[in-house]
Amino acid sequence: MAVKDYIRERFFPHMWCPGCGHGIVLNSLLRAVEQLGMSKNEIVMVSGIGCSSRIGGYVDFHTLHTLHGRALAFATGVKLSRPELNVVVPMGDGDALAIGGNHFIHACRRNIGMTAIVMNNRIYGMTGGQFSPMSGLGISASTAPYSNIDRAFDVSEMARAAGATFVARTTVYHAQQATEFIKKAFLHEGFAVVEILSQCPTHFGRRNRQGGAADMMEWFKENTVPVGSKKKLENPALIERGIFVQKEEPEYCSEYAKIVDKAMRG
Amino acid sequence: MSQNIKFVQGNEACVAGALYAGLQFFAGYPITPSSEVAELLAARLPTQGGKFIQMEDELSSICAIIGASLTGHKVMTATSGPGFSLMQEALGYAIMAEIPCVIVNVQRGGPSTGIPTQVSQGDVMQARWGVHGDHSMVALTASNHQDVFLMTVEAFNIAETYRTPVVLLFDEVIGHMREKLVVPQEGEVQLVGRLHTSVKGGVDYHPYLPREDGRLPMSDFGGVHRYNVTGLYHDMWGFPSSDPKVVHGLIRHLVDKIENRANLLAHYKEYFLEDADRVLVSYGAPARSALHVVKNRRARGERLGLLELQTLWPFPTDIVREKCARAKAVVVVEMNMGQMLQEVKKAVEKPEQVFLANRIDGVFITPTDIQNILRLIQGKGV
Amino acid sequence: MAKGKPKLKAHHVNRDWCKGCGICVHFCPKNVLELDEAEKAFAARPDDCIACKLCEIRCPDLAIDIETE
Repeated sequence: MAVKDYIRERFFPHMWCPGCGHGIVLNSLLRAVEQLGMSKNEIVMVSGIGCSSRIGGYVDFHTLHTLHGRALAFATGVKLSRPELNVVVPMGDGDALAIGGNHFIHACRRNIGMTAIVMNNRIYGMTGGQFSPMSGLGISASTAPYSNIDRAFDVSEMARAAGATFVARTTVYHAQQATEFIKKAFLHEGFAVVEILSQCPTHFGRRNRQGGAADMMEWFKENTVPVGSKKKLENPALIERGIFVQKEEPEYCSEYAKIVDKAMRG
Repeated sequence: MSQNIKFVQGNEACVAGALYAGLQFFAGYPITPSSEVAELLAARLPTQGGKFIQMEDELSSICAIIGASLTGHKVMTATSGPGFSLMQEALGYAIMAEIPCVIVNVQRGGPSTGIPTQVSQGDVMQARWGVHGDHSMVALTASNHQDVFLMTVEAFNIAETYRTPVVLLFDEVIGHMREKLVVPQEGEVQLVGRLHTSVKGGVDYHPYLPREDGRLPMSDFGGVHRYNVTGLYHDMWGFPSSDPKVVHGLIRHLVDKIENRANLLAHYKEYFLEDADRVLVSYGAPARSALHVVKNRRARGERLGLLELQTLWPFPTDIVREKCARAKAVVVVEMNMGQMLQEVKKAVEKPEQVFLANRIDGVFITPTDIQNILRLIQGKGV
Repeated sequence: MAKGKPKLKAHHVNRDWCKGCGICVHFCPKNVLELDEAEKAFAARPDDCIACKLCEIRCPDLAIDIETE
């Protein structure tokens, strides 16, 4: 399998639980890199803290495993200092949107050229199943034993509102679509957000009686529809999949290059 | 040369030093009394192909400079108390991952929002111990703009030499006061550049294996060596490890590389110490008032001397002990409740002979404040 | 020769990496895969395989490689 050329095989089998959707995100991401024929030396993967962030250890790129929530801030320094690098930032939902929420919206606003992948499993897995900003009402979590009253974000809506110029959502059930969206995000000139719904059978699934990994993926299949589908009108609870935003806007590093030109002319 | 003489604020002297040292990337967030550093660099960095970015907060500012350092650039951020508090998390990361970077803290009164436009040196212990976990730290300061310039250059040199963050602990008086600065000619002050590995692509590179001289050659992100950087305890390739030997070895390395070089890293100035029977120990702007007192008293024939510390951390224990050995009394002059006083007491033979002359009201300490303490020690009324 | 659908050559399951989550078994459109006593995936009915590679693509452990001719 050619995707093996892009991993650090010595660290496998990986540390994620059996059936963890994050492994499928890794799988989809590697296929995107392979299909685009990207050079490993030109990719910098910056991750934060949590189950999701461990993805960096497994890929044979330049990998920067940083602080909880701050991956996009580190990545901004990497990208602006060397704009020719391809910067990809996988994050968990708590990582990206709770502790890292401010960095997330400002990276969207700034439109700096990198790909943010939100591996959204709606739970803090590594610390033991606490609710995240993506868990939503009525969910059971170790810090919501009587059911969750904390409302959830819509990541894609927020990314759009904050100014991201590429925003897409899919699920690990739709792994091929995930690969397609990641490829489009890599090729996009600007800040790209790909939200991938992922299952945590260990914490989210077990606590919420959603069955095993395959059952949770069936849920993704049954409860998501392509963007613009009539089914969504009939059942607003369905989650839309697809590319929500894809537009050309000035990218931050390119704009800064113009500032340098201006400053140098004096 | 005339064009190299400037009349500037301390914050500008710091900027001049940073650019002289080869600063290429700055990320920051506005905060009094450090904002001039960001403003000046926003204007000057792009004129030489460098990069400036104003981030959404101080958390992200220090993270961004760490990212930029990994691509092979000399980097800096600047802030003050509340922002420095926010930076502690990533400061610890830079220590752990051994990322060269410079963090300027132009101190104001705290805690909390405190007194933003007034002077204080209340962050001395925070600079040393603000980061959680065992660690060591390098922090430098200065009392005049020429030294602000030189200590800023030295901060970059130390950061690059030892792959460590270096804190420049200035204060509001130094930051905002204007005085003369003579910018040295190119080559006049020695600069330390990034040490790159000579290991060729395809050959196993160990980003965290120190050479015999203790230095760790780096490889830029985007180069031929793909390795891992993490804030977890890690092996010589940068991959996480909880092996007790690896953990022990790394924490010892991180602490020893600084603490074992305390004398080498110690920058200080001494005035009239040869025969001094009373020694003032001071640092930063208060050292100016201390020097004023020393010169006045000397003119009157009193044997008063001054030891001005420029390296605050690692604390120059040996130097303080040696310079204060013959003193009947030592007076620490600082603008906090005695943060360095305790270090000086630990360093000297007779801690009971160490006294404090301080101010903690946001008003700059005057020669009279110091003289009052000297009179008290001498048994005279104030 | 006209380009046809890829034809199966072999199922490779890395038993050291497979954690037996059963995703491949559950979603195989031709019911080719099963878990053995050690909870590792294997091709019980390889002749039915249409080499769609959905198992390989969805394997969270990168443990499946569908070799085609």
